[in-house]
Amino acid sequence: GLGAFAATFVLPKFAFAATEDAIAEFTGGAATGQGDLTLTAPEIAENGNTVPIEIDAPGAEAVLILAAGNPNPDVATFHFGPLAGSHVASTRIRLAGTQDVVAVAKMSDGSFVEARQEVKVTIGGCGG
Amino acid sequence: GQWARLAAQQSLTQEDLIGGPGSGTVSLVHITDIHAQTQPIYFREPEINLGVGAVNGKPPHITGDAFRSAFGIEAGSARDYALTHDDFVSLAKAYGRMGGLDRIATVVKAIKGDRPEALVLDGGDTWQGSLPALRTQGADMVRLFNALGTDAMTAHWEFTLGSERVRDIVEGELDPAFLGANIFDAEWDEPAFEPMQMFERGGHQIAVIGQAFPYMPIANPGWMFPELSFGIRQERMAEVVQSARDQGAAAVVLLSHNGFDVDRKLAADIPGIDVILTGHTHDAIPEPVMVGKTALIASGSHGKFVSRVDLDLDGSGVKGIEHRLIPIFSDVIAPDPEMAALVEETRAPFAEEMSEVLGETSSLLYRRGNFNGTWDDLICNALISEREADIALSPGFRWGASLIPGQQITREDVFNVTAMSYPEAYRTEMTGEFLHTVMEDVADNLFNPDPYYQQGGDMVRVGGLGYRIDISKPQGARISEMTLLRTGAPIDPATSYVVAGWASVNEGTEGPPIWEVVESHIRRLGTVSLEPNDSVDVVTG
Amino acid sequence: MAENVTPRVRVPSSASAGETVTIKTLISHQMESGQRKDDAGNTIPRSIINRFVAAFNGETVIDVTMEPAISTNPYFEFQAKIPESGTMSFTWYDDDGSVYEESKEITVG
Ligand SMILES: [Mn+2]
Ligand SMILES: [Mn+2]
Repeated sequence: GLGAFAATFVLPKFAFAATEDAIAEFTGGAATGQGDLTLTAPEIAENGNTVPIEIDAPGAEAVLILAAGNPNPDVATFHFGPLAGSHVASTRIRLAGTQDVVAVAKMSDGSFVEARQEVKVTIGGCGG
Repeated sequence: GQWARLAAQQSLTQEDLIGGPGSGTVSLVHITDIHAQTQPIYFREPEINLGVGAVNGKPPHITGDAFRSAFGIEAGSARDYALTHDDFVSLAKAYGRMGGLDRIATVVKAIKGDRPEALVLDGGDTWQGSLPALRTQGADMVRLFNALGTDAMTAHWEFTLGSERVRDIVEGELDPAFLGANIFDAEWDEPAFEPMQMFERGGHQIAVIGQAFPYMPIANPGWMFPELSFGIRQERMAEVVQSARDQGAAAVVLLSHNGFDVDRKLAADIPGIDVILTGHTHDAIPEPVMVGKTALIASGSHGKFVSRVDLDLDGSGVKGIEHRLIPIFSDVIAPDPEMAALVEETRAPFAEEMSEVLGETSSLLYRRGNFNGTWDDLICNALISEREADIALSPGFRWGASLIPGQQITREDVFNVTAMSYPEAYRTEMTGEFLHTVMEDVADNLFNPDPYYQQGGDMVRVGGLGYRIDISKPQGARISEMTLLRTGAPIDPATSYVVAGWASVNEGTEGPPIWEVVESHIRRLGTVSLEPNDSVDVVTG
Repeated sequence: MAENVTPRVRVPSSASAGETVTIKTLISHQMESGQRKDDAGNTIPRSIINRFVAAFNGETVIDVTMEPAISTNPYFEFQAKIPESGTMSFTWYDDDGSVYEESKEITVG
């Protein structure tokens, strides 16, 4: 069934300036590249208020998570300590609509790596 | 198969339909999406079944002539009637109803006569879709599918009985293994049901992995199963396939409720699955669709077909696969007396209520295809007139039996297209802008070029509203020219319209059950007669 | 102090020396984003857990700074290396100054 009829539900595509600013703050303005960073998120969120994400960043000291379409893109920053058993971590985040989730990893050599995954936040539909 | 060459009903025989002894060493029997239809019914296949992106024009996204020429089917033949939409009414009169669980039992017994260890696998959407299933909370179907000798199942609509009821059934009433590799506890993210069952057959280990409908909390009310999380979970599937191999599986079978396009992508992305028994999208395809070494089998819906898959196995794995899509022509296949008696028993408490005649139809009533069918039009008309609305919305369900012109409409028929656990017919106001957002959202769930962003199901059905859809455009740009049919005026983004609908996934939705709304409308009409609906302009370019 | 804040953790009670173990944590907390309004139309002030730290025998495993986009009842799953027997400690820091703590012993045998 179609859901969320009673709620005011918008699917905003915000300007991405705030996201770019947040990335620049994290990298100190350095460019980000592709590399050893995997961001896993569902293609379609079961519930925009609790979207599971996982990062896997073997060579990273820290990983910044942003939600590029939220009014405020900041989500979290993971720092891995000396007793981290791996650089894999999961949490659950809020997404205000269909958008890219962005992860930026600060690698131990000082370089920065970025990964993105689009997550669809849908009103709901019905099926077979 | 043999039955393809038989031109008329009188030359069809049960033996032709079921076929002779199979090949190989291990057999699978696949039934899916029966939607609690224990009786022979009419079911018209879709006229419009569009595929986008890479699957455009590939099965199952072909209909009519394209379908016939792809599979060498003669127009007007039994296969044509069973698998395509055109000329449905006259072919229905010639070939009769299809399905019936007592006929299915005959077929299963015949296959087991040839291959006693055949695995009987149910793809789900079994416990919902009829009045008795609704009233017994699925108990009738559980009993019947136990009696059929089902070995394993997976699920979708089952969870709309509530997760507590599903747990009770699985722990107390259910014989088959209830499998769902992608069903997780939402709090700790740990498996909530068994992912796989290993069966020893003919000296081989056969791994059957279950995959429940991935988009449960989006397409159906999440509040009915709040502690569960689903999803495609491709990495999890890869792990389960690997563990099946590690445990010595000679064949890995995925009993899936992903929908066909999702399974096609999954087969490409996860090597090592020998057979995917697909479900959810209700497609019936007469031959396996091969993706690399994986055979995708699509066995239709509503009890119209049973698939038999014969696997030729040796120590190193699957050497060959043979498939028969067996059509259940109810006038040709004899009912199995034991199953017939059991079905009768489950229906008896409701027989009188179900048989009450509400009216009759002079139009073909069907609901299958990407856009409105006539059943949908009737439901939308009922919502507009009974709930005094400008616009009606009805979900794009793919289930619901057809009625042919001249048939009486009984209460059972109405329940066959409406029976479910969140039937409230709501009445609310929506702005034009919000309506557009809703339509765009649903359209993307159907026409996103990446199957993992699709949910299966069809476009939301509308009444009182016309629109144009260009399926090739991105979300937000597909729907245009929305028009209020009553006045012919364009839908104004800022204006509020009175909208009636049903099957909202929101908790606390209020309104009379949809079957009461439809019943009262049919009683008022006496005879249902529907004009062709040209209010949706579809652009496929 | 936020009400009914209850941490829960899943930690194995034993490990072999140098083993990597999986840890899961949940803490019940509203995570009020500061963007919602109450029935009277007033903005409900932000009140979230803004930092989570897991350490073993005082050495950091993971240290996460959190914003209001972290869901209600924050959940984390991660892995820790266990060099010897000791204590895995978990600390959550609330906007209101509250600190919530939980710890589990892991025996290396
Ligand atoms: Mn179905
Ligand atoms: Mn389904």
